[in-house]
Amino acid sequence: MVRIQLLTIVVNILFLVYIFRLIIKGKLREEYAIVWLICTFFIMIFSFWRRGLDVIAHFLGVFEAPNLVFTGAIFAIFIYLLHLSVVASNLQNNIRKLSQEIAHLKLAIENREIENIQ
Amino acid sequence: MMQEKVLLIIPCYNEEAALPALLSEVAKTAFPDSYKVDVIVVNDCSTDNTVAVAKQMNVLVLDLPMNLGIGGAVQSGIQYAFNNQYDYAIQLDGDGQHPPAEVVTLLNAQKKYNFDVVIGSRFVGNGDGFQSSFIRRLGIRYFHWLNRIFTGNQIFDSTSGFRLLNKNAIALAANNYPDEYPEPESLVLFAKAGLKVKEVSVQMRERQGGTSSIGKSASVYYSLKVSLGMFFTFIRH
Repeated sequence: MVRIQLLTIVVNILFLVYIFRLIIKGKLREEYAIVWLICTFFIMIFSFWRRGLDVIAHFLGVFEAPNLVFTGAIFAIFIYLLHLSVVASNLQNNIRKLSQEIAHLKLAIENREIENIQ
Repeated sequence: MMQEKVLLIIPCYNEEAALPALLSEVAKTAFPDSYKVDVIVVNDCSTDNTVAVAKQMNVLVLDLPMNLGIGGAVQSGIQYAFNNQYDYAIQLDGDGQHPPAEVVTLLNAQKKYNFDVVIGSRFVGNGDGFQSSFIRRLGIRYFHWLNRIFTGNQIFDSTSGFRLLNKNAIALAANNYPDEYPEPESLVLFAKAGLKVKEVSVQMRERQGGTSSIGKSASVYYSLKVSLGMFFTFIRH
């Protein structure tokens, strides 16, 4: 095995361990971990199967194999960013509903206290 | 006599300077006897003493724990109107631009024509109380045009927040209201739901304190965001 291959595999394993730790500690929800697990899976495949990238690039008609990596990675990043925007929008909606609910409850409690005094 | 319940919704962000004068003006305003008028101040997480000032004035206070923007604040007030079976909800801006006396104008227009939404407008009839800047007028013309395309309504002052909603509109807006720059967007929403929207001429004043929520640099963003909002509201409903 070549040095770079070993390096990628080791880094990949460390990355995988880190993701697992985050999930176990409850800092990363499983649905967001999926995409990272898939990433490590692909990196793992190509660190073992060195010729794989060339084979796939040739199959798809891409002349320079690294271009395939960049194209694929950038596309995946865009999709994931879009997904995160959706998540943020959802959170914002939920926060709005919660804030409004809290404001209504605070007012209701105050009104009840005033009634009790009277 | 059966009184109709009216809720004046005053959304506030750092309005401690203007609020006391506005609230005492509301208290002095003579509303027709056929209406029972309550006031609710919605504090959109101000960093000043807006809440304390409002509580001293003996009005209802909705205190939001997070800053939601004008739309989220107004919607909270509308939800209160919905939960407590108010007949009308009227938005009155906390900076004192909307004279409380003109609330009667909106109520009378509603009574006369039975609209679902009545907008107090600076540009219909001889509204000469308030002149705005050139850029702002340009924007208002653009939104008039956009509104005509999306709703078929002739609304000249679509950015006016001085509005009356009846029970139908309250029920709709309590569940569905844009949080940022809600005025033009909500007009599409109302029109799509088949509500009758009409504007009447009112006199407006210069703001009595605080600063506009839209600065000069933000006006491009404002137009873009609102255009998108109107477009998607049009598609969605």
